Amino acid sequence: MDRLKKSPWMLHYDASSCNGCDIEVLACTMPRFDLERFGIINTGNPFHADILLITGGVNHQSAQVVKQIYSQMPNPKVVVAVGICACSGGIFKDCYNIYGGVDTVIPVDVYVPGCAARPQSIIDGVLQAVELLEKKKEEAHHE
Amino acid sequence: MYLIPALTLIPFIGAILIFLDSNSKRRGYVIYGTVALMMLCCFLLVGQWILQGAKPWHLYPQTGFIDLLMQVIEVFLMIFIVYKSFKHKKRWISLLAISQTVLTLWVEHSIPLVESTHTTVDSLALLMCILCSVVGGLIGVYSVGYMKSYHENHRGIIDRSNTFLALLFVFMAAMFGLVLSSNLIWMYFFWEVTSVISFLLIGYTQTDEAIDNSFKALWMNLLGGIGFAVAIWLCAMQNHSVQMQDIVSGGNTMIIGMLCLAGLTKSAQLPFSTWLFGAMVAPTPSSALLHSATMVKAGVYLLIRLAPALYGNLCGMVVAFIGGFTFITTSMMAIAQNDAKKVLAFSTISNLGLIVACAGIGVEQTVWAAIFLMIFHSVSKSMLFESVGATENSIGSRDIEHMHGLILRLPKLAYIMGIGIAGMYLAPFGMLISKWVALKAFVDSGNVLLVIFIAFGSASTMFYWTKWLGKLIAMHKPNTPDHDATRKDEYFSMGVLGVIMILLCLLFPLLAGFVVNPIVLSLFGATQDVLSMSELTTMVIMVCSVLLVPSMMFLITRMAPRDYVPTYMNGVNVGDNSHFIDSMGESKKLYLSNWYLRFEFGRRRLLRPSQIVAASVLIVTFAILLGGAIG
Amino acid sequence: MNRYISLILYLLLAPFIGAFLDGIDRKITARMQGRKGPSIWQPFYDLYKLFSKQMIAVNSVQLLLNCSYLIFLAIAGGMVFFGTDILMSLFILSTADMFLILAASSDSSPFSNIGASREMMQMMSYEPMTLLIAVGFYLATGSFRVDEIIAQNSAAFWMMPGLFVGYILIMAIKLRKSPFDLSTSHHAHQEVVKGITTEMSGPTLAIMEIGEYYEKMLLLAVVALFFIHGEPWSWIIGILACLAVYFIEILIDNISARVNWRKLLDICWLITLLCGGINVLILMLI
Repeated sequence: MDRLKKSPWMLHYDASSCNGCDIEVLACTMPRFDLERFGIINTGNPFHADILLITGGVNHQSAQVVKQIYSQMPNPKVVVAVGICACSGGIFKDCYNIYGGVDTVIPVDVYVPGCAARPQSIIDGVLQAVELLEKKKEEAHHE
Repeated sequence: MYLIPALTLIPFIGAILIFLDSNSKRRGYVIYGTVALMMLCCFLLVGQWILQGAKPWHLYPQTGFIDLLMQVIEVFLMIFIVYKSFKHKKRWISLLAISQTVLTLWVEHSIPLVESTHTTVDSLALLMCILCSVVGGLIGVYSVGYMKSYHENHRGIIDRSNTFLALLFVFMAAMFGLVLSSNLIWMYFFWEVTSVISFLLIGYTQTDEAIDNSFKALWMNLLGGIGFAVAIWLCAMQNHSVQMQDIVSGGNTMIIGMLCLAGLTKSAQLPFSTWLFGAMVAPTPSSALLHSATMVKAGVYLLIRLAPALYGNLCGMVVAFIGGFTFITTSMMAIAQNDAKKVLAFSTISNLGLIVACAGIGVEQTVWAAIFLMIFHSVSKSMLFESVGATENSIGSRDIEHMHGLILRLPKLAYIMGIGIAGMYLAPFGMLISKWVALKAFVDSGNVLLVIFIAFGSASTMFYWTKWLGKLIAMHKPNTPDHDATRKDEYFSMGVLGVIMILLCLLFPLLAGFVVNPIVLSLFGATQDVLSMSELTTMVIMVCSVLLVPSMMFLITRMAPRDYVPTYMNGVNVGDNSHFIDSMGESKKLYLSNWYLRFEFGRRRLLRPSQIVAASVLIVTFAILLGGAIG
Repeated sequence: MNRYISLILYLLLAPFIGAFLDGIDRKITARMQGRKGPSIWQPFYDLYKLFSKQMIAVNSVQLLLNCSYLIFLAIAGGMVFFGTDILMSLFILSTADMFLILAASSDSSPFSNIGASREMMQMMSYEPMTLLIAVGFYLATGSFRVDEIIAQNSAAFWMMPGLFVGYILIMAIKLRKSPFDLSTSHHAHQEVVKGITTEMSGPTLAIMEIGEYYEKMLLLAVVALFFIHGEPWSWIIGILACLAVYFIEILIDNISARVNWRKLLDICWLITLLCGGINVLILMLI
């Protein structure tokens, strides 16, 4: 049963990104790359989403928001960190106001590096995340 | 035969006892006793009537003493109105009172009238009696507890609750008299009594607003009274008889037009609607009893009596137009109201408009629908008024916005309100079925304007009820729990009304077969099955499903395991669903409001134009009628 | 006997056909936008996924109200397919919609509350037209009953073209198509997040979607009702008309931008008055 991966809906959240990665994420949904051919919809609503796609490093203000949005997503769910800032904090890593990558707040499943990440690699990351959904579902069953 | 005088005397004697008794506890028992006796008497009357073959009774040909008594009271009422209008510097109102009283007295003394009966007991009159005694009685029970809470919450108002309660019962006595009279002069007497009582009850709080509104109600009702008096005069001149059935069979359009004017003012149709929403300043029992369940129904009752004579003539067309027009405009204006009682007032006017439109068309089907609408409206509207009043006593406000999440705060009241609202507009409850029949009848009678009125009117009706229901059902836990100040007798009254409402919906086919069809038969001499039995049973099944489906779903979904999370507020929910963190990093209260669309549907925008339209239609009609009568 | 078969077929197949049509819709929409688009079976994958998700909720009554919404839509549609009263069915349809509004209001959250208000506005906009359409059928064929409407000698469409135009308009509202997708949209991302469905997740959302499929089949059945009459071949015309109307809705969806509520109300009521009112008037006069 691998139908779960045929309909992953995603939620895109900008933690503190410079908008570079955001533009690339939006580019994925445009006709040239067309994320929807994989059944992926950018829902913008944690209650509907399976994939949380975060751009930018997490700072003091966005940490609570990221946690809350994550808590509002129903299981199984995966987190994709897009761009080097989301992966590790990037050039802002040592800034006084930055916690670091997304994994300092919530568990991250897929890291998509790049500054900004290219649409091809974003799609690749999302599809890898999709594979994880099924596994997570099974894990939840075993528990 | 002794039951008819008993029916009017019981509430009247009860009223005197209530007025004299200053002990509030004993007064409560007197009220319960009176209500029980009144209901018993009413049902005995109905039982006796059915046992004797359910034929119309025509009673009391000789009533010299009572006639004299009525004349004395009429003069007394006139003097009272004159006194009041001079006291409050509204002197011109006294002219209305004097002219009509003098006119009727002159008619009674100078024009010889054919000897005839004064009272008719038939199915329509008895239905009105049952409505008045059951709904009125329950409101009487409710008002015992309500008035106590009311004066606890409104310290500034002088406690005259014995006067208030006594007036309610005098009103019931007058209402029984009104519906049982077949003689116009008697009917006119009771008509005036109800107008004056309405005036007194609206002015109960004695604030400036209350006094202004009470005089507004008074002059509009007196204007209708003048129509009534003129109708009596014309009728007496023409055929030396003032019997209702003679007018219906005679078909003189001028007389019927005048009586229609009286009916329209009493049932607060445009352009006379303003008095009814002014009347909402009065304590809730009077709004429930007079201004939605019974007194305004007197106007409708008169029009239904006249309905066979309205078919296909100018009067009927105008009455139907005014009714339909009132239905659509007031249901739009109701959208812009956030005061629950105002919404109920507008909805009352608009439903009355629908009934008036049905009566104006004047065929079997529409009258069938009109009677149904009347029954359902009385029950569910009185229930709604009572629950709004009780809510106001508990949470200190009757603003719909403040009823946010009432289902968790005051669950019992919220359920009662919910049943009332569902009964008012949801398929397949009674009101909607009647609306459906009305729509069909309007189509059959080829009146495209009314069809469009009803189509747009039901859309706006749906809007204002749904948003109210949405407010009630919001699952939002308050920080401070509300204290339910509703007393036992109030709950008793509301609970019984709720049960009656549901039973009426379930027993719809029986109601149609045994109550409404005979009434239509007695009015028209013929009846047809407006809805076939299979359609009626389908409806009952639908009602059951509306009641069953959610409760079944409740049982099924209760089992489903669920993890609760906070609602979505862009991730800045503080966690209790009522606060969020703003851009300054501080916690802020969330406030959710309904749409009121005041600029589009507000009273300020719609009331004046619609009054002008309705008034000009009325004026033109009377000009034509007068021209016809003279020429 | 036939009516029982059609009722059972409706109750069993409507979600599947509805979902299939939805898949086609998404494919055509994607092609109109120059994209490849998802598989035609995408709605089935979506439903499967939604049912396998964790059940999270913001309150205890939303699921119950959503289930009631589904059941009432099934009842409303069932009434049409069973051949009973169309006016009653349309009334039940609005009752069903009211349950959805209540489900959204019960969240007491900002986005679904706005969605609920807008849904009410949509209801107020299309309600007059639905009533007039039922009245139109009654005038054109002499009956509110579906089985009598389809037994006529000629198609009702010829008597009520104005109402048909109006019906296409309100169908756009009911199918949540742009420019009237105010309360919630099938397209990703909008200004009120997901409007009324914001707080519905997993199975709760799936139930609502299935309800929408029932509704879609009911709406298309009414389109067919305009064309079907006594002749057997008229059924083919009816089905073709459904597909054509469905395509027109998709086209409208893709070529128009969302309007605000005031425009929605103005457009709908004006067209109702012009197309519907005049059509009904003419039917009454002839």
